[in-house]
Amino acid sequence: MELLRVEDLHVYYKSVWGLYRVVDGVTLSVKSKEIFGIAGESGCGKSTLVEGILRLIKPPGFIAKGRVIFKGIDLLKLDEEELRRLRWKELSYIPQGSMNSLNPVMRVEDQMVDVVLEHSNISEEEARKLVREYLKRVGLPPEVARMYPHELSGGMKQRVIIAMAMLLRPSLVIADEPVTALDVVIQRVILQLLKDLRDEYGATVIYVAHDLATHAELVDRMAIMYAGKIIEIGSVEEIFLEPLHPYSKLLISSVPTPERRVIRGIPGVAPSPLKWPPGCRFHPRCPEAMPICSRKEPKPVDLGGGRMVACHLYGGE
Amino acid sequence: MQQKLLELKNVTKIYRVGGGLGLRARYITAVKNVTFSIPEGEPLIVALVGESGSGKTTIARMVLGLTDITSGEILYRGKSVAEWLKEDPFTFRKEVQAIFQDPYSAYNPFYRVERILYLAIKKFKLASSKEEAEEMIIKAMKALGLRPEDLLGRYPHQLSGGERQRLMLVRALLIKPRLLVADEPVSMIDASLRAVFLNNLLQLKKEINMSCLYITHDLNIANYVSDRMVVLCNGRVVEEGPSHMIFEEPLHPYTDLLVKAVPIPDPRRRWKSRISIKAETLREVRPERGCPFQHRCPHVTDRCRTQDPPIVDVGSGRKVACFLYT
Repeated sequence: MELLRVEDLHVYYKSVWGLYRVVDGVTLSVKSKEIFGIAGESGCGKSTLVEGILRLIKPPGFIAKGRVIFKGIDLLKLDEEELRRLRWKELSYIPQGSMNSLNPVMRVEDQMVDVVLEHSNISEEEARKLVREYLKRVGLPPEVARMYPHELSGGMKQRVIIAMAMLLRPSLVIADEPVTALDVVIQRVILQLLKDLRDEYGATVIYVAHDLATHAELVDRMAIMYAGKIIEIGSVEEIFLEPLHPYSKLLISSVPTPERRVIRGIPGVAPSPLKWPPGCRFHPRCPEAMPICSRKEPKPVDLGGGRMVACHLYGGE
Repeated sequence: MQQKLLELKNVTKIYRVGGGLGLRARYITAVKNVTFSIPEGEPLIVALVGESGSGKTTIARMVLGLTDITSGEILYRGKSVAEWLKEDPFTFRKEVQAIFQDPYSAYNPFYRVERILYLAIKKFKLASSKEEAEEMIIKAMKALGLRPEDLLGRYPHQLSGGERQRLMLVRALLIKPRLLVADEPVSMIDASLRAVFLNNLLQLKKEINMSCLYITHDLNIANYVSDRMVVLCNGRVVEEGPSHMIFEEPLHPYTDLLVKAVPIPDPRRRWKSRISIKAETLREVRPERGCPFQHRCPHVTDRCRTQDPPIVDVGSGRKVACFLYT
């Protein structure tokens, strides 16, 4: 069952230099109770994409076009109040670097209780009980509740954020780079917790990260983004074992594994959202580029079973 | 005895925190009794691996002479770093170069790329004329797969993070140091350029016989790029040996935990079990006595809490500091 559908979403930023077309026509579908990964390098638009989905774009940014259908409702058409009621309860968001966005002068428990009281009708006492239960659930000792954020390590703060995102049992949790800047051991613990969100609480998780190896450990299906567009979608096995798009292939072969003794990078630099290359946006760096690639933008080719690739090598018009 | 390029002997660094106006200062032991070396001759990349707070950056700064040593010795080609800096800083700075994590802060933002490189050539008297210097710069860029026409005339802020870090390697190729100290050089750049950077580094090792002390928290990268690994836990060396052996069969329980936590980019080989961290050890614990890993170790005994495990040779060039192996 489909939980979220993004149709032809465009998020632009106005500037004196012109229009930054950061997200430039993204279509994807996320099924209920799946962990969906969005991967891509810095500047490809993955964070802006999820901000667009959650309607968190602030001026000079704006949503130029598109629809975001969540449980049959177009999020882009809701008014602020209707949207506010969905936040935390239905849609939780763990923004990039959010462990540093906890209120430094409020105790952990108090800021969590605030969220519960603001978005549900339970009593304060029940809210406190709930908060303690979730802190325990993410493996934090009870005394953390009465601590201030500066007394916690990065990994502990990230657990608080995850507990907070789970509090009201949302159906969709979007986590943007939740393990970046954490040590490997803590990273693994946090990834386990994200998996629990789905396995134990039945939540759908969208995991956004540039690090491909963590995708391989966590997600069921994933999308690869390049230059404001999604260039390939498939199951995690398909993406890692039989990538189709030349960019996906190169990206995966850039990551060392214990056996891969030779890794290749991708020469050249990522293009700017101010002026995307004509045709396929990857053609200036693509080793398999053909004459058509610089002239015509490849249309997404639906290969069935949720597999999509946008590349002239695989036909399409 | 074989001459060592770099040798650390029982290096300890204690930082004083606070104090003054009658208040008692606290002392933090960032690095304790660290001993390891890089031999002369064959160039070698030695990875210094550990989590945040393990003392890796402090060691890098001490090797470069940017931070004082509390006790112990750091010798570069048989002479202490402090002596080098007093007697012949020119040679030391030429032979020991550094690359840091943030590729932006290393550059003067008002200088264009060619000026940055030209200054290095001038300082170390690598060319006799401006024309020769220009030729050298272009040759070095091309050697590392960079396109001079994309870089020359540009300011550091106009380059990507990956280009800025690779430019540091171009600088190294010009200066031809014997030792490069690289502190997390790829942690801020994307995978596709990370690979290019690492390959460039391996190329320099071979072509200009440059050894490297490579500091990272990423075991996957350490395994790819390095010949040997030195694993640090809370400022102490817990294991040392050939990189592939440590990665395939870690001996110290701490190394084992680190290796098990490395995500493998292959969905067929996902983690099967869970790892747990005891809640009470979530905060950083720095044991005063005994093994630095005692609070998190599944094999801990009373002895680990009272005695420092000595580092012992276990054969095949491997060393480990754990009572399981003594």
